[in-house]
Amino acid sequence: MTTTEYEPNIVLSTTEYDVVGTRPIRPDGADKVTGRALYGADVNPTGLIHGKILRSPHAHARIKSIDTSKAEAHPGVLAVVTAEDLPGTKLGGTVDYGEGKQDLAYLRGNVMAGDKVLYAGHAVAGVAAANPHVAEEALGLIEVEYELLPPVLKAPDSMGGGAPVLLEHLRTEELGERTDRAGNIATHFRHTLGDLEEGFKDADVVVEREFNTQTVHQGYIEPQNVTALWNNDGRLHIWTSSQGPFEVRGAVASALDIPVSQVKVTPMEIGGGFGGKFPLYHDPIAALLSKKSGHPVKIVMTRKEVFEGTGPTPGSNMKIKMGATSNGKITAAHAYLAFEAGAFPGSPVGAAAMCVFAPYDISNAVIDGYDVLVNKPKSAAYRAPGATQAAFAAETVVDELAGKLGIDPIEFRLMNAAKEGARRADGVVHPRIGLVETLVALRDHPHWKAPLEGPNRGRGVAVGYWVNGSGPSACTISVNADGTINLTEGSADIGGTRASVSMQAAEVLGIRAEDVRPTVTDTDNIGYTSGTGGSSVTFKTGRTAHDAAQNVKEQMIARAATIWEISPDTVELDKGVFHSRTDPELKMTFSELAEQLNDTGGPIMGRSAFSPTGVGAAYAGCIADVEVDPDTGKVDVLRFTIAQDAGKAIHPSYVEGQMQGGAVQGIGWGLNEEYFYNTAGELTNGSFLDYRMPTSLDLPMIDTVIVEVPNPGHPFGVRGVGEVNIVPPPPALANAIHAAVGVRMYQLPMNPAAVMEALRQQK
Amino acid sequence: MATVFIPALMQNLTGSRQTVEVEGSTVRQIVENLDKAYPGIKDRLVEGNRLKSNISVAVDGEVTPLGMLERVGESSEVHFLPAIGGGSCAGVPY
Repeated sequence: MTTTEYEPNIVLSTTEYDVVGTRPIRPDGADKVTGRALYGADVNPTGLIHGKILRSPHAHARIKSIDTSKAEAHPGVLAVVTAEDLPGTKLGGTVDYGEGKQDLAYLRGNVMAGDKVLYAGHAVAGVAAANPHVAEEALGLIEVEYELLPPVLKAPDSMGGGAPVLLEHLRTEELGERTDRAGNIATHFRHTLGDLEEGFKDADVVVEREFNTQTVHQGYIEPQNVTALWNNDGRLHIWTSSQGPFEVRGAVASALDIPVSQVKVTPMEIGGGFGGKFPLYHDPIAALLSKKSGHPVKIVMTRKEVFEGTGPTPGSNMKIKMGATSNGKITAAHAYLAFEAGAFPGSPVGAAAMCVFAPYDISNAVIDGYDVLVNKPKSAAYRAPGATQAAFAAETVVDELAGKLGIDPIEFRLMNAAKEGARRADGVVHPRIGLVETLVALRDHPHWKAPLEGPNRGRGVAVGYWVNGSGPSACTISVNADGTINLTEGSADIGGTRASVSMQAAEVLGIRAEDVRPTVTDTDNIGYTSGTGGSSVTFKTGRTAHDAAQNVKEQMIARAATIWEISPDTVELDKGVFHSRTDPELKMTFSELAEQLNDTGGPIMGRSAFSPTGVGAAYAGCIADVEVDPDTGKVDVLRFTIAQDAGKAIHPSYVEGQMQGGAVQGIGWGLNEEYFYNTAGELTNGSFLDYRMPTSLDLPMIDTVIVEVPNPGHPFGVRGVGEVNIVPPPPALANAIHAAVGVRMYQLPMNPAAVMEALRQQK
Repeated sequence: MATVFIPALMQNLTGSRQTVEVEGSTVRQIVENLDKAYPGIKDRLVEGNRLKSNISVAVDGEVTPLGMLERVGESSEVHFLPAIGGGSCAGVPY
């Protein structure tokens, strides 16, 4: 298929399979559309009571005292906890909670503040009561005496001398070396490639720009929730909405200083995460309240708490300088990336550095990265963390270079596109990647050539990179007598992975996707499975499902051989039918053999547990048409097309859904979303009404092109598809705004006020 | 011998050399041999028997979950990279 004729959703398939690449109904669909699926807030064990969290109203303050006596005496209150109830801790211990590691002291310090509160919304105490209203009432009876300290909210302000210091003991780390530099810069690193100075000498055109982006939330619909039962036998059972149940188990055990075997985590259905549902927040508080009260305790955050008390993606300050020859070859690139970690170290600046120049083959590059503390919530992952901010800056400069050279922006990108064997700026060599194919898909799409008429309208293009991930995973399969299989996995299903994992097992066994019954189980009933992040599940758990199915296949072949009294070496499975290569009369379908298992040697189970390597990185690119209102600065998106290399789309509908969802989040980030703080560091738009995310009324239908450049590291060629789609929309919109009204945008969001200011400066 | 790419902020230990040829069939052996030639590197990279939590290692283009145990080939490339928490490629050994 080519992209010369318009279709809203195109799949450029390169390999065909029987099940992989089809579009069956999702296994969890019936429960979800009928409202029977159980989410965290639906958990109601016997004796349940309810918890609420007291949060700091101040962005930066020392806690002089906390008096909980009135709250404890309040009728209906069953337990109160503060940071004093957490085990004491020193710096140095590390907790891996999925999409990032954190020092145990920082983890506990973020769960409940000790001697200082570091952001407005920082948890200070927890209360459990017979109902949530009494618990909330009791929060008002806790007396906290604060000594107010000045807050610092932006990386450039925080990095300078004289800035208020958040963590007095902090010293800047430089790749394993703890320097003697105090302040708010937690980490500085540098990547160098080639000779930057020589590279810029070779350039005929150089563009250098500074960019700023704001703090943005993932905006998942379901708020964080937890129910904890610290049972009489000493075991702690946690029901929660998390992307990483095993990481929750490990982090809770570490935070509470109990053995990991004493904690069981049951993952409930999850109403969105996008990276934000990895970190630990109120789970240890609920556990401690349960231990004190003897009851199971449920805590469900309000939307305000989600905004103020959980981890958004950080704001950033970036400087990009790039040079190119007059014939269009990029010769040098420099990036300065300062990312706001929030109150504790750990922004995604490392990932940003990995991604910022990854679309291009550049021989000379330097990247300086800084992880900077500010008085905002500790940042968390958000869909390709760090890559979107970096791409906004780099892709705007690339577009400006193309414009100055008079080269079509897609052709300019193709002229410099990274291919297999090219070296990223951090030195790592690209394996087989699909950027060129993605750019060609955009160039050949009818959208790119379609006329765009009328004043103040413009078209922009941009591309983005995401490294993708893997991790330990486990899968078991048991064969049912009717020829179906039960598949058990530990990967929380956020984006339809029950289906994409099941389909890979079905393909191996030659059965229908509908004949696989997938279950996402708790941490007691499957091997360690790393979290649903890094666009990893269809790759890693798909791989273990594939291998577990191979394990089943081998056993089924052996069983058929036993029944037929022939050598298993002569038996094959082809499209769900076992047959003998030597005797054409010997044939049996998968279900016919399954029916005989218990009478011919017993049940068959397959298993696979390992940490798959061979991750395939992903590229996406998009074309955006906009119209800018010159009187108000409002930007309307008229048409939007996104192309993405999926390696192989296991279930194309869910890949298209990821592409459309990521594009919409990128549009929201680009045009409107931001944490709006006052000078005291208080969030002033902590609701969905004021934190304006795009709705269907703000958007055109997002057209998709799935590009398939198979990843050689996966049996079906899978590349993770969940994240890279959010990366290119903000710069594509910025470039479209420039095409429409002639102004370059150097900040996110590009809301009406920002666009009007840019237009005013242009005049 | 494998080629080790020395991070910019550690090149003060290698006399500004950006790459070093090192013998070894695992990352652990590479680090040990690197430290013999350029004392101090091991302290920057390793804590106990493992890579420091804020450092990851890529062998032949892929950050490895095996860390010090990862096999290294005769013509492999080895990169030590910052692993800063908060991103799905950072902190988690991809």
